[in-house]
Amino acid sequence: MGDFFASLVKSRSGLFGFVLLTLLVLVAIFAPLLGLASPIRGDLLARLSPPTWTGPFNPGPHPLGTDEVGRDVLSRIVHGSRLTLMIAATAVVLGGVVGTLLGIAAGFYGGIVDRVLMRLVDIQLALPLMLLALLVVAALGPSFNNLIIVLALTSWIRYARIIRGQVLSLREREFVQSAHAIGASTVRIMLRHILPNVLTPALVVATLELARIIIMDAALSFLGLGVQPPSPSWGRMLADGRVYISTAWWIVTFPGLTILLTVLSVNLLGDWLRDYFDPKLRTSR
Amino acid sequence: MAPLLQIRNLTVEFSTRAGTLHAVNDVSYALEAGETLGIVGESGSGKSVHALAMVGLIPTPPGRIVSGEVLFEGVDLLKLPERELRDIRGRKIGFVFQDPMTSLNPVLTVGRQIMEPLRRHLGLSAAKARARAIELLDLVGIVDPARRIDQFPFEFSGGMRQRVMIAIGIACDPKLLIADEATTALDVTVQAQILELVRDLKKKIGTTVIWITHDMGVVAGLADTIQVMYGGRIMERGPVRSVFKDPRSAYTWGLLRSLPGKLTAADQRLYQIPGSPPNMIHPPAGDPFAPRNEFATERCLREVPPLLQVGAGAPGHMAAAWYDLPAALENKGYA
Repeated sequence: MGDFFASLVKSRSGLFGFVLLTLLVLVAIFAPLLGLASPIRGDLLARLSPPTWTGPFNPGPHPLGTDEVGRDVLSRIVHGSRLTLMIAATAVVLGGVVGTLLGIAAGFYGGIVDRVLMRLVDIQLALPLMLLALLVVAALGPSFNNLIIVLALTSWIRYARIIRGQVLSLREREFVQSAHAIGASTVRIMLRHILPNVLTPALVVATLELARIIIMDAALSFLGLGVQPPSPSWGRMLADGRVYISTAWWIVTFPGLTILLTVLSVNLLGDWLRDYFDPKLRTSR
Repeated sequence: MAPLLQIRNLTVEFSTRAGTLHAVNDVSYALEAGETLGIVGESGSGKSVHALAMVGLIPTPPGRIVSGEVLFEGVDLLKLPERELRDIRGRKIGFVFQDPMTSLNPVLTVGRQIMEPLRRHLGLSAAKARARAIELLDLVGIVDPARRIDQFPFEFSGGMRQRVMIAIGIACDPKLLIADEATTALDVTVQAQILELVRDLKKKIGTTVIWITHDMGVVAGLADTIQVMYGGRIMERGPVRSVFKDPRSAYTWGLLRSLPGKLTAADQRLYQIPGSPPNMIHPPAGDPFAPRNEFATERCLREVPPLLQVGAGAPGHMAAAWYDLPAALENKGYA
C-alpha cells in the first residue's frame, strides 16, 4: 500500500486525478450536510442572479448564481453529482461484472460460446452506442434504474473483448493444467484461477469506462432521457441553460466545467493505474 | 495382488490440420504399488501424452482416446465420467509438471495453491488445510514454511517452486504420483536436490511414482523399472539394472551410447542416433525406429514387433525388436 501511494505522489497527474475525484466523492456523499440551498425549489425573485463574486452588487446567497427559475446552481451541481456518480459507478460495476464473466467464458470455452459472444460484441460495436442507448431508454422509459441498465449495456462489451483476449493466453498457461490435475472443475478454474489474473486489466478498463459513462450520462440527460426533472443532473442543466448563455453564462459554464474536471480526473487516475500495473513500466517506480 | 495401475492397448490420436497424429499406439503395461517407473523417450514419443490421457487431461478435441483401458485400483479411468475423474485427480493421482515457473498461478499465494486440493478433496477447514500446507512445505524442505506460505510464487526460486509443485502433488497422499519432466527446467544441482527429495519422500510416504523424463541419468538414479518409449510405443522395459547392462532395443542402445562416459572413450565424439524422429502423422509401417536403425531387418520395416520377454534377461525385461541386438552388435563389431 505504501508503494501504491508513493507511486501516486510521484505521478503528479495521477495525484491530481486522485485528489480531485476523492474530493468530488466526499462532497457528493456529504452533500446534505453542507448547508446548501435546495436544488429543487427556486426563488423566483432571485432568478438569473449572477455568482456572488462577480461584483459588489451581487451579494446574494448563491456562490455560482441561480438559473432561470431561481434555483442555486452550486447546489444543483452538487446534488447532480450524487445521481451522476451513483449511476456511473453502478453501471461500471454492473457492466464490469457481466463483461468480465462473459469475457472469461468466451476466452476459456472458445468454440461456439466464444463465437456467439464475440459476434454480439461486434454487432454492438457497429451500432453507435448513443443510438442504442436512445433506443433502449425510449423503449423502457427514462428512470434511474433504466439509465443504469442502458449504460451498463453499452459498457460490458469493452470488458468482454479485452478480458477474452487475456484469457485466450492465460488458459494455455501451465497453471491451468495444474489446476485440472488437482481435480478442480472448469467453473472453479475460471473463478479461482483465471479471474484473479484478469482483475488488473478489468480495473483499468473500468476507469476508462467510468469517464465514458459520465459523459454518456450527461449526454442522455441533455437529450432529456436521463433522470427526470426536477432531479438535478449535469446534462439537463446544460440543456436548460444553453438558451441563456449570452445573458447568464454561469448556468451552463459551471456544470460544463464540472463534467470536464470529473472526466479529466478519472482519466488521469486511469492512466496512472494502467502505468502502475504495467510490468514493463515498473522499473520507473 | 492386482497391480495398482494396468494400462491395456492405450491408443491416443490428435486431429491436426495436416492429418491424424498417432501420438500413443497400443501401449500396455502394469505398475505395482510402491514401484517407481521411469519413462524415457524423446519429445513426441508419447510419454507425456499417455500419462495425461490416463486421467482425462488431454483436450478433446483435438485429442481422442481411440481405444484401451486404464485400470486404476481395478476401475477403468477411461470409462469414468469427468466428475468422478476430478475426484481422483489430485486425490489418488497427483501430478508434478515440467515448468515450475509457469505451473503455479502467479497471482495466488503458494499457501492457497497447496490448500486447494486439501480443501477440495479432503474437505479440510481453512485452518486445518493451512496447518497441513505448512507441514507439506516443511516436508519438501522449504525453510521457514509458516512465513513462506503467504508468499507469492515470484518470491520463490525455481527449485523452491518445484518443491512447492511436489507439495501440491503429494498433498492428499496420492496412491500414484506422476512427474512429467519435473526436473527438466532446473539446473543440475537443483535437479539433484529434487531427486534426493523424491527418493526421501518415497521412503517416508511410499507413493508409487511414474517419472517421465528424457534424461537416462535421472531414471538410473531414481527408478526401479525403466520404460523406453519411441513413436508412441514401448520399445523396451524392465528392471533398470538389466536394461542398462543388457539393452535389447537398438533405440535403448543408441540412447545409452549417446551418454558421455558410458560407452564412449574420452577422446571420442559422442554418439548420435542418425536421422530424425518419425513424423507421427505418417508413422512408419513397422517398427517406428526401423528407418534409423542400422540393425533393422526387412521385417522391421513391414511389421510392428510385439513387446516380449527377453529370453536371457531378468524377469520383466521386455523388448520390442525383430532383430537380436546382442548378436547384431557382435556381427557389426560393436561388442
